[in-house]
Amino acid sequence: MTKSNFTRRGVMKTGAVAGAGLATPTIFTSAVWAQGFTNEPTGDTVTLGFNVPQSGPYADEGADELRAFQLAVEHLNGEGDGGMMQTFSSKELDGTGILGKRVEFVTGDTQTKSDAARASARSMIEKDGAIMVSGGSSSGVAVAVQALCQEAGVIFMAGLTHANDTTGKDKKANGFRHFFNSYMSGAALAPILAAQYGTDRNAYYLTADYNWGYTTEQAVRESTEAAGWNTVNTVLTPLTQTDFSSYIAPVLQSDADVLVLVHYGGNMVNSLTNAVQFGLRERQANGKNFEIVVPLYSELMARGAGENIGGILGSQNWDWKLENELGAKYSGTNAFVQSFGTKYGFPPSQAAHTCYVQTLLYADAVQRAGSFNPCAVDEALSGFEFDGLGNGPTLYRADDHQCFKDVVVVRGKENPENEFDLVEIVEVTPTEQVTYAPDHPQFAGGSLGACNPGA
Amino acid sequence: MEAIILQVLNGLDKGSAYALIALGLTLIFGTLGVVNFAHGALFMLGAFCAVTFSNLLQLSHTVIDETRTDFLGNPLKVDVPYIYDIFGEAVGSSIIDWAVPLSILFAIPVMIALGVAMERGLIRHFYKRPHADQILVTFGLAIVLQEIIKYFYGANPIPTPAPEAFVGSFDFGVMLGFDPGGIVYPYWRLIYFLFAAFIIAGVFAFLQFTTFGMVVRAGMADRETVTLLGIDIDKRFTIMFGIAAAVAGLAGVMYTPINSPNYHMGMDFLVLSFVVVVVGGMGSLPGAVLAGFLLGIIEAFASMAQVLDILPGINQIIIYLVAIVVLLTRPRGLMGRKGVMED
Repeated sequence: MTKSNFTRRGVMKTGAVAGAGLATPTIFTSAVWAQGFTNEPTGDTVTLGFNVPQSGPYADEGADELRAFQLAVEHLNGEGDGGMMQTFSSKELDGTGILGKRVEFVTGDTQTKSDAARASARSMIEKDGAIMVSGGSSSGVAVAVQALCQEAGVIFMAGLTHANDTTGKDKKANGFRHFFNSYMSGAALAPILAAQYGTDRNAYYLTADYNWGYTTEQAVRESTEAAGWNTVNTVLTPLTQTDFSSYIAPVLQSDADVLVLVHYGGNMVNSLTNAVQFGLRERQANGKNFEIVVPLYSELMARGAGENIGGILGSQNWDWKLENELGAKYSGTNAFVQSFGTKYGFPPSQAAHTCYVQTLLYADAVQRAGSFNPCAVDEALSGFEFDGLGNGPTLYRADDHQCFKDVVVVRGKENPENEFDLVEIVEVTPTEQVTYAPDHPQFAGGSLGACNPGA
Repeated sequence: MEAIILQVLNGLDKGSAYALIALGLTLIFGTLGVVNFAHGALFMLGAFCAVTFSNLLQLSHTVIDETRTDFLGNPLKVDVPYIYDIFGEAVGSSIIDWAVPLSILFAIPVMIALGVAMERGLIRHFYKRPHADQILVTFGLAIVLQEIIKYFYGANPIPTPAPEAFVGSFDFGVMLGFDPGGIVYPYWRLIYFLFAAFIIAGVFAFLQFTTFGMVVRAGMADRETVTLLGIDIDKRFTIMFGIAAAVAGLAGVMYTPINSPNYHMGMDFLVLSFVVVVVGGMGSLPGAVLAGFLLGIIEAFASMAQVLDILPGINQIIIYLVAIVVLLTRPRGLMGRKGVMED
């Protein structure tokens, strides 16, 4: 029979000392966030949820977003060439996953429908244990999923969403938007429109009949009116409209010399095609050349519109040619294009860029906070200033979780050399010019509230 | 006045698409008694025949251009269509430019074959089933077809322009003595209207003046008697299904320069085309054509800014309102026949 030297008191003392020792590396950073939260990772992996349109009208954009997410996960796990992790101003990410946990991901199909997007996000959170949800190509979806993530206690890193509401009246503490918004489009475009087309212009608006259409029309209208333009008429068009000829015809009868198409996706392709068919590009009105403006551009839409896009002004969140054409201020662009282009054979869209960046920003915030707790991530991202992710110096404003950075004003190329060379950069509008107060009337209502860690 | 004329013209080209689709729907319903919810998908498949034919004409081999670089800084790979090698660049590019009209020749046999395969392979098994079953199976087929197209061609619209000679518009107002710029109308929309009129006239002439058409009409009126005369009416009806598919397909081919085709375009037209059939009168070919143009024009007028100022949103429901009024006053539709869909 052997006598044990272990006593209950001794084991407890030893355990306390050992526990404190093991916790030392993180105790100063994560102790505040030690309490439980939704889907707290316990193993050696962490799961992210990528909720993108895999069917429906924005499926091609969703596919590009998914490519970017996959690339970001590869880079976080130390595979590939590292992409923007090499240029990112924060050096917390080292290719060992997030907080040493290998990154895994699940995907969902938003179908560009709010209810379907919420259902797939809920499934990713409840069944797959996703700690963060990202993606989407529509503001309706972004607002719906953001609200769900707030309730569930996970972080939502919005994908392509441009309506003011996402970080305006529908903003949430658990939600973050890197993409620019309607106000910024208006503020960036108006001076350039005035410089290119003059201040004495009569504009006619055809606007998609949903929240993105309303906020974008309001933003462009107010900005251009401040620059001296007059608004002749604003007409709402149903989302289901495919032939816009009957909406274009009244433009011919009006006093307008500019047509602003507040349309996106297939709507934009069809309305622009119809406008060009009716000779608006060759038209003279009020002694001036008739002009068409598309406030929100996308490379995929430009491809759909074909040669009709030539000469049309619009705005973008980012463009793959930024660093080549405008220099090192936009560093990160070439690193991302190189990674993406080598893997997939074509340059990334702005939807892909924003999703890639959002994934890195989330991972970096967790790393800096030393915790996956959504409130820790909220604290790390709010007010975070960074660079090297393709847009130049950028701020994630604490008041509304909106990123503030330069906005790219582009024009459709008249004679593109290839299918990827569809737009040319006209000018980059500096951050100061597109920055607004958190209580700006276009963003009125709603409140960020408090972060929700969930469980 | 200019606005009214312009909306009539707009209504005519939109009505042309409605009329062509509704004509095919009515042909199938009149001959086979099938309510074909996959008919919009046939319109979409026709449009993608034009896309496919255009892609075939542009099949290329790659040449490395060392003087230029691609987006990654590598020597640029330039695609040179094989057709340039065969006919020279000038002729080759002209052929590619005319891809849409030329694809009619490609679409006719493809769409007839697809129609016949659809009827023989699936739809004939549902002749004796209730209309609800027919609707479910054909609607399911439409979804399958559009998902197949999306898989191969993506979800975004694919630009398929008209030949250079027909790009742009002409000043119709000047021809009528109005001020310049008041009534501007695209060339291709006028061509679409004329093409639709030609196809509709062709289908009517085929049914009216050929022996085949006479037998089909007899079969539509009294299938049993025609069968008792020893005529294989099923075979003729199968061919009519193929012809109806070709009519929808041709409507789709010629529509591609008006709106860039995407996988969902068939569904966009399907529901409205069914309303057109019901308003025209189930089983009535002239009714389908008349209602197609009528509803196209009414829809165009309802989208006028002046009308929308008074009745916001009226353009989205006007066709259904007209359908309600027509069915209340003429339950069989404008030109419906007694006994059709009344058992």
